[in-house]
Amino acid sequence: MDIFLQQIINGLTTGSVYAIVALGYTMVYGVIQLINFAHGDVVMVGAMVAFTVIMGVVGMGLPLPPFMIVLAGVLAAIPACMAVGFLLERAAYRPLRHAPRLAPLITAIGMSIILQQVALLIWGRDPRAFPQIMDNPSFAIGGAAISAVQIAIILLSVALMAGLTWFVYRTKFGIAMRATAENVNIAGLMGIDANRVIAGTFIIAAALGAVAGVMYGTYYGIAHYTMGFILGLKAFSAAVLGGIGNLAGAMLGGLLLGLVEALGAGYIGEFTDLCRWPVVSAMLAERCAADGHVVLFGSNYQDVFAFAVLILVLVFRPSGLLGERVSERA
Amino acid sequence: MNRKILGFVLIGVALLILPHVLTQVGTAWVRIANLAILFIFLSLGLNIVVGMAGLLDLGYVAFYAVGAYLWALLASPHFGLHLPFWIILPLGALLACIAGAVLGAPCLRLRGDYLAIVTLGFGEIVRIFMNNLSTPFNITNGPKGITGIDDVSIGSISFATTDSFFGIPFTGPVKYYYMLLALLLLIIIVNLRLQNSRIGRAWVAIREDEIAAKAAGINTWNVKLLAFAMGASFGGIAGGMFAAMQGFISPESFVLHESIIIVAMVVLGGMGNVWGVIAGALLLSFVPEILRYTVEPVQMALFGRQLVEPEVLRMLLFGAALVLTMRFRPAGIWPESRHRREMSEARGAGA
Repeated sequence: MDIFLQQIINGLTTGSVYAIVALGYTMVYGVIQLINFAHGDVVMVGAMVAFTVIMGVVGMGLPLPPFMIVLAGVLAAIPACMAVGFLLERAAYRPLRHAPRLAPLITAIGMSIILQQVALLIWGRDPRAFPQIMDNPSFAIGGAAISAVQIAIILLSVALMAGLTWFVYRTKFGIAMRATAENVNIAGLMGIDANRVIAGTFIIAAALGAVAGVMYGTYYGIAHYTMGFILGLKAFSAAVLGGIGNLAGAMLGGLLLGLVEALGAGYIGEFTDLCRWPVVSAMLAERCAADGHVVLFGSNYQDVFAFAVLILVLVFRPSGLLGERVSERA
Repeated sequence: MNRKILGFVLIGVALLILPHVLTQVGTAWVRIANLAILFIFLSLGLNIVVGMAGLLDLGYVAFYAVGAYLWALLASPHFGLHLPFWIILPLGALLACIAGAVLGAPCLRLRGDYLAIVTLGFGEIVRIFMNNLSTPFNITNGPKGITGIDDVSIGSISFATTDSFFGIPFTGPVKYYYMLLALLLLIIIVNLRLQNSRIGRAWVAIREDEIAAKAAGINTWNVKLLAFAMGASFGGIAGGMFAAMQGFISPESFVLHESIIIVAMVVLGGMGNVWGVIAGALLLSFVPEILRYTVEPVQMALFGRQLVEPEVLRMLLFGAALVLTMRFRPAGIWPESRHRREMSEARGAGA
């Protein structure tokens, strides 16, 4: 099996999910310069609602094709998340729109905690296993395997990204969004209702998050009330990597981050195997002879890569790969 | 003035008697009081970073962890080292201070909200390392944590056992209480002195308007780094005390939730005001404990079963504290006098 190609495929799959979540961060940031901390938890709500609906439909024993059942889950998750996104904006962020920057950020952290605990109350403390209702055949390409779910995730996110790009650049609402991102006051003078645009942005971001949640849940087969935190953090890193506020940047950043993580996790064990290093291996000759490997950092350090990328980007190119704005304190 | 002194004396006497009263209620409450004092340490440390300098640090618990692990490694059977506390405690503060500076150096040029995320990521990295540094060389003992950590001992008095002075029994937790109280007094004095010092004023200036602060001749980067490093060293001290008090630490004690709890204490109490932060820390330490003892019986009586676990209620309380404070009382329940002064001055000018 070709490890390199396999990790590329895995990386593209998780990267697509990161990209979709990152779009949610970047859209909201673009319009009101707020890091919506709770976005990861909106994604979690999407996964949980979809899980409940799928289990419910399976439990009823209707003779539906598996694909339809999953679709039902997605279709239930989207409005649920849209409602959560709308409420977040309306109840928590809107009253603070003219407050100092720290205030909405702290509120966002508070909302993230509240969403998590409410989810814990509804769905319980244990991880929920997504039911494996679809058979998931694998196809061989060039010494690696790609599963049907992976193909579906990649294709679906490409479609979503294309759809969103069309929406933002070709529809009236999209133009209003870009105008608001450029300058809220002047957009208001042009007859744009900023409140509507901002609420709409939150709702669209939440809908994308819902789909991402279901993709994540089906890919890893699990949903948990804390899953949004680390996923959100990684997606945010992806958005920063691409240049926050920039749609194409979020997509590129997501895919790149997925690849970095997959390749990093695939190879870090090999690179930090102390027995391969000349001087150190001599010092550890006994253990190397006994075990063959003394791995300093294994693939359990996978999550470190996203943060390392985040810190490196912020230090060396704070505007991100495709961003134009400089992120000095304004 | 005399009234003020009398007030302080009364509070002092009350604090001195408190552990013996609490022992009558239950030793658990002495431990809770000790943890509350630790949370005051942490909140005061974070207050320097968030409250005074206005830098949102969401990975503060990482410095707490550094202090705790340093103590655990240097005073436990894990490495067979048993150094005395007066070596480890300053060392922990120093190490946490260095960690703060190393993390702060690259990040402090960034805008505030980026800093929040980077510190969050840093906290997560530290946790991942604590969990995984058990192979190939066992440093942290992984998720199992480190057990059998030495208690503090001063001369012949060990904090692990019960001694009698003047016929009054002093249990281990009670001794820790007095030690923590003494440390707390020291830390409060340091904080009060800082608040009105040149550095403290520079921090507040940066919080209010960084560009104006720069124009006034403040080297903002240096001063911010100092805030970060100082805040971190307070966390390191608190961590060391925590490890000694508990005798056991594992990565589970240093998760993101802990960082957010500390942020909530600072925010609720009043960012920048030492007394407000103390009030916030006390409030958010004791209310959840009281809930822990009352929620279950009340729910059993009302519904016949437990619907909401106390732990969930506790976190909901912290979340709500953050959201509601920002919405209705952004300066906290006990705002900094400077804030209040500015408010009243603005009103006076308007009239």
